[in-house]
Amino acid sequence: MLFYKLFKDKDGRKVGFVQANEACIEAALLAGMRFFAGYPITPSSEMASVSSEKLPMYGGKFIQMEDEIAAMTAVCGASMAGLKAMTATSGPGFSLKQEAIGYAAMNEIPCVIVNVQRAGPSTGLPTQVSQGDVMQARWGTHGDHPIIVLSPSTVVETADLTFDAFNLAEKYRTPVILLMDETLAHMREKITLPAENELKLVERKRATVPPSDYRSFDTRFGDVPPFEPYGGKYHFHITGLTHDEMGFPIVEPDDVVKAMDRIHRKINNNLDDIVKVKQFQTDDAEILLVSFGTPVRTCLGAMEIGRKEGLKIGVLQLQTIWPFPDKAVLNLAKKIGKIFVVELNMGQIINEVQRASQGKSNIKGINKYDGLFISPDEILSHILESKG
Amino acid sequence: MKSLYEIRFSGSGGQGIITAGMVLGEGASLFDGKYVVQTQSYGPEARGGACKTELIIADYPVNYPKPILADILLAMSQAAYDKYIHEIKDDAFVVVDSSLVQYKPAKGVYPVPITKLAAEEVGLKVTANVVALGVISSLTKIASYEALERALLSRVPRGTEEINKKALALGKKLEFKDNV
Repeated sequence: MLFYKLFKDKDGRKVGFVQANEACIEAALLAGMRFFAGYPITPSSEMASVSSEKLPMYGGKFIQMEDEIAAMTAVCGASMAGLKAMTATSGPGFSLKQEAIGYAAMNEIPCVIVNVQRAGPSTGLPTQVSQGDVMQARWGTHGDHPIIVLSPSTVVETADLTFDAFNLAEKYRTPVILLMDETLAHMREKITLPAENELKLVERKRATVPPSDYRSFDTRFGDVPPFEPYGGKYHFHITGLTHDEMGFPIVEPDDVVKAMDRIHRKINNNLDDIVKVKQFQTDDAEILLVSFGTPVRTCLGAMEIGRKEGLKIGVLQLQTIWPFPDKAVLNLAKKIGKIFVVELNMGQIINEVQRASQGKSNIKGINKYDGLFISPDEILSHILESKG
Repeated sequence: MKSLYEIRFSGSGGQGIITAGMVLGEGASLFDGKYVVQTQSYGPEARGGACKTELIIADYPVNYPKPILADILLAMSQAAYDKYIHEIKDDAFVVVDSSLVQYKPAKGVYPVPITKLAAEEVGLKVTANVVALGVISSLTKIASYEALERALLSRVPRGTEEINKKALALGKKLEFKDNV
């Protein structure tokens, strides 16, 4: 059952007053998502629920799998077969999906994984907010691997970054994680969905060579190999083992380095295309709040109040958290002497801010991990306390 | 009118508190053109015991999404009244379901026997949340009747449109007095 309705506005665009979980799936459908496999878990369950209702209307498939591991492997399979595919989960399920996320990274399978964070470890606080999975999103699966992680702070941004997630996944043949949190997931705001002719969708690169000449990890056309659907005219081998251009296992050290370098290079050489940040009143700021996800809104609230009281606060929002926005952080660290890193965990992204800022600024964490959302007063009291 | 209202609806699970918040939010954002953010109590706290939904309705985009001190409070249970009556602004509108809640008369506190009116005037007790919306719209002008009616009719089960319209319109006929 759907708990929202979309209306047409005067320009013919669909509008709705929806939760971020619902906005994510509406955007995913417009982005071309035609396969969702999931194992519903709070606080992401609405995504499975909406997908199950809506995907059949778009000619897509929804499968409720027996567990999160199976859901993630099904997503890999569907994407290999040529569909844009996604899954959605929360902490405990995200832990289970890690093995198959590594498989997707190794085999360069485009897919989108949503993790609506709740407090952990383990089953933790199922209905309460957290941002404790920042490092897991980066390093949850074993081995050096590239990954893209986006983090929205409003319902509108959830839809926008969902489009981006599918586009980046297809463009770079990589899994992309949308890292949300419980507060956002269940928050309702207005969204206006783009009309079909306004969509800028990216489709994966396809082969321009005949099947006899196809290599599943071809490097002749750049760092992102063309990807043909598995089970079609193009036959190829695929494995989690480190592989050559034909997809067959290798152990030769030079070949291993070549393969590893390429899958990282395709991301690291395109940081300007992938990494997105937003700056708010940073021009004259003397205090910088760095945050991501829903707490960005609290930072903006604290900025509004603080500025009325003469505190020159600016905000840096990390919309992309992995790859980490080193350049943006360093540039601001060079000119703003005090940085507070606001996150709903015991301090994860702060380590990256410290690394990226190269000692140019004085950095402190504002951390909340009691299962509740953070208020502007809490941020302001930390700032005032540090002023003494 | 203020340019930003912090709103808290509270009561017990099953009274339709969250649905009322969704209707108000949808009406104000999609049909009155306001900026709205709605959040709600979720999970174990939403079942049985105290239940609440919170909205911010503004003329400009809303950053921090949660109300602190309410401009408008709806209290549909004793527990809700006791818990939230102190978290209001000096000029707040407080609507109390006087058929369910023992309250302290005060400036800005408007007692309305919402559940009793739903049962006796509308003829269906479960429309109490819709009666409450009509009362709040009349009293505070936070959202237009037209917007609320449109949002309401898109959400109610088929066949219940007329009785819901009747419940919403009840607020127009009532006179409100505070400090009684």
